[in-house]
Amino acid sequence: MIQLLKQSPLSARIGMGIVLFNILIAVFAPIIAPFGETTIVGDVWESLSSQFYLGTDHIGRDLFTRMVYGGRNTIALAFITTTLSFFLGSILGFIAAVKGGWTDQLLSRIIDILMAFPTLIFALMILSVLGSSIPTLIFTIAILDSTRVYRLSRAVAMDIEVMEFVEAARLRGEGLWWIIRHEILPNALPPLIAEFGLRFCFVFLFIASLSFLGLGLQPPLADWGGMVRENAGAITFGIYIPLIPAGAIALLTVGVNLIVDWFLHLSSGLHE
Amino acid sequence: MDNLLEIKNLNLEAYYEDKWQPIVRNISLNLKKGRVLGLIGESGAGKSTIGLAAMGYCRQGCRIASGSINLDGRELFNASEEELRTIRGSKIAYVAQSAAASFNPSHRVIKQYAEAPVQHGLMAQSDAEKEAIEIYRRLFLPTPEKIGYRYPHELSGGQLQRAMVAMAMSCKPDIIVFDEPTTALDVTTQIEVLAAVKEITEKMNKAALYITHDLAVVAQVAHRIMVLRNGRLVEEGETRDLLENPKEIYTRELLNVRSLREDKTITDKMDVILEIKDVAATYTGDKNVVEDIDLIIRRGRTVALVGESGSGKSTLAKVVTGLLPAIKGSIKFLGKELPIKLKDREKQDLRKMQMIYQMPDTALNPKQTVRKVIGRPLEFYFGIRGKKADARIRELLINIELDPDSYIDRLTTELSGGEKQRICIARALAAEPDLIICDEVTSALDQLVGEGILNLLQDLQNKTNMSYLFITHDLATVKAIADKIVIMLQGKIIEQGEKKKVLNPPHHEYTDKLLASVPEMDPDWLDKLLAERASTFI
Repeated sequence: MIQLLKQSPLSARIGMGIVLFNILIAVFAPIIAPFGETTIVGDVWESLSSQFYLGTDHIGRDLFTRMVYGGRNTIALAFITTTLSFFLGSILGFIAAVKGGWTDQLLSRIIDILMAFPTLIFALMILSVLGSSIPTLIFTIAILDSTRVYRLSRAVAMDIEVMEFVEAARLRGEGLWWIIRHEILPNALPPLIAEFGLRFCFVFLFIASLSFLGLGLQPPLADWGGMVRENAGAITFGIYIPLIPAGAIALLTVGVNLIVDWFLHLSSGLHE
Repeated sequence: MDNLLEIKNLNLEAYYEDKWQPIVRNISLNLKKGRVLGLIGESGAGKSTIGLAAMGYCRQGCRIASGSINLDGRELFNASEEELRTIRGSKIAYVAQSAAASFNPSHRVIKQYAEAPVQHGLMAQSDAEKEAIEIYRRLFLPTPEKIGYRYPHELSGGQLQRAMVAMAMSCKPDIIVFDEPTTALDVTTQIEVLAAVKEITEKMNKAALYITHDLAVVAQVAHRIMVLRNGRLVEEGETRDLLENPKEIYTRELLNVRSLREDKTITDKMDVILEIKDVAATYTGDKNVVEDIDLIIRRGRTVALVGESGSGKSTLAKVVTGLLPAIKGSIKFLGKELPIKLKDREKQDLRKMQMIYQMPDTALNPKQTVRKVIGRPLEFYFGIRGKKADARIRELLINIELDPDSYIDRLTTELSGGEKQRICIARALAAEPDLIICDEVTSALDQLVGEGILNLLQDLQNKTNMSYLFITHDLATVKAIADKIVIMLQGKIIEQGEKKKVLNPPHHEYTDKLLASVPEMDPDWLDKLLAERASTFI
């Protein structure tokens, strides 16, 4: 593992640096932040000073504090959602591939139907009906996102399923779970891990978009997408404030992608 | 006569483990017009690498370290890409092992033939097509006027390989490099390609390098043979001399005809392990892939199921194991009627019937260790775990002649092909089966490694009295190990019986053709056979 990291290219190291930086800030948010997440401490849209490192937002809360907590909320939410979506999507995908026949048909058609709706509109619809609480947010996005994971894991598992070692396990009389757990999963892991990084980015952006539209994390909780929306008005006055959360979103996305690229390269055995 | 190709003290290196390491050492060879040089050796001998180097080409990660490659007065070592490009195709051409993978599936065969000469500006499209038809005729392709206008998938394997040979001839090269052109083919189609190769070298007076692992094949076409091993020359000589008095032990091992198994008489009193009656199966529903199958396997005996690709032998194995449910007939195993579907069968019945596959690479999970592969059936069928399992796995490894201490914790990807196949055997043995179905178990392995596997299977049978259903297209294997032979053609059994009876005349017409097509270590064998066939066709 350490050997592997030593050989990593510069781009991947930059990506790892960005991601690590974000994770550290998210974990130690209460220690790093100088003020409370929702406390109003100054005037509206104050510019940066030694007291407010990044200035203040549209109702006078410290922007640096909001950035730190916003990162914590958004990253944690995106991570939980992506994990859940992978759990759902890959298990269903593996079952479809191994069982085949009508199980595969049924699952795949349901997934097709779900995929037929534009994701954002579908999510907006569900969230406006059920109301936007954190659990509904997580489940809605996870289910919608798991359709993509299903597609990938089914395809990967199909390739593995035709191998003779899987046939050997079947002939031995092994059950579905054993085959998935011991024969399919270990071989499907590299592409799935790479996909995890990518999906994390999408989910992260998706939550940001939902928040921007007002259906994501609800105020006064801080999150980067919501912060862009709340402060969007500032841009017309030539104030930089909405650019900071927007930039943070972009930076983290790029960082994760840099790592994923490197990992995809490794797992596919491609050369430069 | 001058040498067309002269290779002197050629050294090739490959880059691995962070340094350049030699893979071919100090090889020299000469090739004159109208002569065929056979390069023979097992995988890793460096024969393909030498073949490609003769064209001034190296695979990625390889390089020509030193030596000289002189093609008709031109030095190819350190020649520019530009210079090499003008030579390749027009002076020297290459025929690869898999014609199916070498043709572009979306262009007609004749268009691909014409591509090179038209590109090189040698002739116009219509002239190239006329020539193609002429060459197709000379290579005995059926309906030479029309066949070129088909797509690659509309040709059979043997036809495609001949079309490939024709394509190599399109720019009228002086030398052709044949890299295992018949390895992927059935014995009966192999003859067609060999005849085409002979036509080119003898009648058209071209020189050739013929690369193969099969000594009997190279004996038919080559004037001179070089035996290679691990990138070094083992022995070199005129074909007849080499076959008659090989000097090196390695050559003698390659030459050795497999020792025949002692005939054991089969009596009706012996236990019947497997009885298949009137079985038929289908993939699509409208056409039966196998039908009218009747077959009996007795305890401690080996039944060889022989046929060409597409004859339904692997399908029959699927039916027996239940992966493909039979639509008709019955399968009795150890005196009990087996359910036709795999999932309806009992665990103990599954245990008693094990399978070994053709490709050991795909038959073992690359993420598992030897311990897990062999340990799983122990745990699954007998509930053996922990220390007891460890002891039993070691015992099994000793049975398959691998050292337990150095192999037990290796990943399956850290094994060679022959070792992997041994692990597959151990996995089957762990279940203590009564019947093992062996599906082409030696065809992906080098000759000597494959023989090791056959010997091992033989010893194990003597010890445990298991039965084998041996699926193969290789008649040499059949002769070596079978008690009973079953010959399949287009999904039906056309002949079956004890080995002696089937191998000796009179036999079924197809059996005759099959047996006659197996190359012998006699340089005149192909000529005789072709003459014989020509006379019967007239």
